[in-house]
Amino acid sequence: MSQSSQLWTNLDQIFVLLQHWVESFFPVWLQPAIGTVLGVIAIVAAFPGIFALTTVLERKGLGRMQNRLGPNRVGPLGILQPVADGIKSLTKEDIVPLTADGAVHFLAPVVLVIAVFLGFAVLPVGRNMVLANLDAGLLFFFAIGASTELSIFMAGWSSRNKYSLLGAMRAVAQMISYEVPLLLSSVVVVMITGSLSTVKIVEAQSGFTGIFPHWYVFTPWGFAGFVLFVIAALAETNRSPFDLPEGESELVAGYFTEYSGFKFALFFLGEYLAMLSIAGFAITLFLGGWGAPLSGLSILPSWAWFFAKLFCAIALFIWLRGTLPRLRQDQLMNFAWKFMLPMSLLNLLVAGAWRFFGEGWVRWGVCSAVLLLAYVLLGRVLMRHQHLGARSYRYAD
Amino acid sequence: MIFGLSIVFVLTSILTVAGALAAALLKNLVHCALSLTVTFAGLALLYLQLDAQFAGFSQILVYIGAVAILVVFAILLTRGAGVPEYRNFSSSWLAGLAIAAGVFALLAWAVIKSLPASAASSAAPQVSVQQIGLALMSNYVLPLEIVAVLLTVALIGAVIVAMPESQKSKTESAQGGGK
Amino acid sequence: MLGEGILKGLGETAKNFAGSFVSKERLTTVQYPEERIAPIENTRDFPFLVYDGDDKMAGLRCVACQICEKECPPKCIYIVKSTDKKPDFVGKMQIYPARFDIDISVCMSCQICVEVCPFEAIKMDTEFELSTTDRFGGLLFDRDHLSKSNEHYHKIHPTEAAEVDARLAEEKAKAEAKAKAAAAAAAAKAAGAAAAPPVAPAAKPAPAKEPGA
Repeated sequence: MSQSSQLWTNLDQIFVLLQHWVESFFPVWLQPAIGTVLGVIAIVAAFPGIFALTTVLERKGLGRMQNRLGPNRVGPLGILQPVADGIKSLTKEDIVPLTADGAVHFLAPVVLVIAVFLGFAVLPVGRNMVLANLDAGLLFFFAIGASTELSIFMAGWSSRNKYSLLGAMRAVAQMISYEVPLLLSSVVVVMITGSLSTVKIVEAQSGFTGIFPHWYVFTPWGFAGFVLFVIAALAETNRSPFDLPEGESELVAGYFTEYSGFKFALFFLGEYLAMLSIAGFAITLFLGGWGAPLSGLSILPSWAWFFAKLFCAIALFIWLRGTLPRLRQDQLMNFAWKFMLPMSLLNLLVAGAWRFFGEGWVRWGVCSAVLLLAYVLLGRVLMRHQHLGARSYRYAD
Repeated sequence: MIFGLSIVFVLTSILTVAGALAAALLKNLVHCALSLTVTFAGLALLYLQLDAQFAGFSQILVYIGAVAILVVFAILLTRGAGVPEYRNFSSSWLAGLAIAAGVFALLAWAVIKSLPASAASSAAPQVSVQQIGLALMSNYVLPLEIVAVLLTVALIGAVIVAMPESQKSKTESAQGGGK
Repeated sequence: MLGEGILKGLGETAKNFAGSFVSKERLTTVQYPEERIAPIENTRDFPFLVYDGDDKMAGLRCVACQICEKECPPKCIYIVKSTDKKPDFVGKMQIYPARFDIDISVCMSCQICVEVCPFEAIKMDTEFELSTTDRFGGLLFDRDHLSKSNEHYHKIHPTEAAEVDARLAEEKAKAEAKAKAAAAAAAAKAAGAAAAPPVAPAAKPAPAKEPGA
């Protein structure tokens, strides 16, 4: 192998080499455990760091979209704002209401953060860089995601507060409704790849035809699946425009209401980490994971591509947050059950047809046409009773 | 190794049994539901120890992610925010103890009977998700379809029960009540 | 097309985001303590007393009529009349306020005191950076603090001040004209009384006319 390509390969595998080097100081029987511990330390250090950066980028990005500056007093351009926020959360008084259920109130943020950190274990961050190469990795991720709903219920119930309870009920209803399209849109990927393992899914997308990559998002069913997955992911993590459960202008803070100080910071951390991990999964399933977008660029390190794509996904989420108004609860639920569920079921059929047709232009045309037609028809049918137009007002007599 | 069982197994089973006992004995209904969730998690850990990855993760997804939420919603929508006091021990506890002992004896006999004759543990079968899928689609396709039909029936039944009364039946009942 | 509204909205926010780096119109933030924008003419904050000329005491327009004190809704003005008099802008001897206190922590900037003042003596200032750490006297402004010159009034409210000055000059001119006419009429009356000496009633109407002049 030539000198420069050896260098690039080393750069690509630099973290793996680092892990092996640290392991070499320990006896052989202890090495797997040490390797796992190092991976855990890396996850716990890297992703909360990205979370801190995300909070400041979000505030500044939203500010610019709203014709104002974001925070710009702490550090140059406001970069050190998360440090200030962290110090503030840690030093605030921890108030627990007198009639609140003490044990459950304490455990709710803990359960959330544990569940969310567990989800990072099957995320392939780079070539050979996954903490746990599970055969049923995708199922693990969705199972862990389902456990976060329980912590939200615990938070809302234990606070003994009608706003919290309403917020928790809305949040759980929203999350269970959107789990179905989320899972169905990822089942399409599993069908085509033939495996539940995240590593195999990324490897199946790492080929190139000419210079174009084999990412699933560039196929009709993949594109539909990606859009459905992103919408369902936004709803799962209670992110705008689906943030009614924590609607600041309506429910005080929803199920967060009775939390202050460090517990609130843990909830905040849990929510944003959930957003990061589900964005990571969208990238793994549809955007080719750590693969490069053009075949010439695959010389750059795989983990750099993964984080670049993660950054783009976060930018997209912030952009959507700055643009769209909040959806009302019934609009939310209607959207999930009446639009997203039929589209994801149809997407399954289309992906099956794709496999059935075999290589060629026929399958592209047929699949795209079916999906587009279904989208337009379903939209027309659902909108036929809505009269949207210019609003007129009259004064009361 | 304690009594020939690995220490992880002992800890997991203590967790599971403690959760189940708490679910039966605690006074606050929501605490009982949450301890039941701990039991489910313990069961999932047991499946994972036996290298049954699919069963373990499905246990978490279905039981903790759906059944526990269902139990909790049922409590929420019917009891409200009160903290009811229950008497933990009923008057016929002796009969209950006898029945429980009988069932336990039956299950223990069945389990011990099914253990292999030799003490050496046979190699654990490597069941991959693909094999489960193939089996579901070939040998077990009929139970799969029956379960699917059952779930659809339950869904449609729930929708019908929860649907608001149609206008026609409302006016009819109003007229019938008026006469 | 379905979903086109969302795409249009995304385009608008993207324009905002990109434009905020290049055009002033898309980033309207003024970073307050370092940058300030000039207040418009109709800005008002708390009242101040106007004085003409250079001397605070001699040019003070306020005559302590106490109308503003009575009309003030939260009763934040406290006036104590003086016992001696000083000449006002027309030359008449008027009393002046020995004390004129306004508690700006109570004042609600309603401008009623300005509207009812018949002497154009109290006007609204534009100063708002009045924070102080002195809880007990820092927000209670006395007559000296409140007296500001007419030049200051011209600077902060130019059109209003010009209008007030024109009105006051007009009134001054009218008063002077009346005084001159009264003096001329009195002189004519005195001359007429001197021309008809023994007629006693001629002297009587003359003093009766004086107070009416």
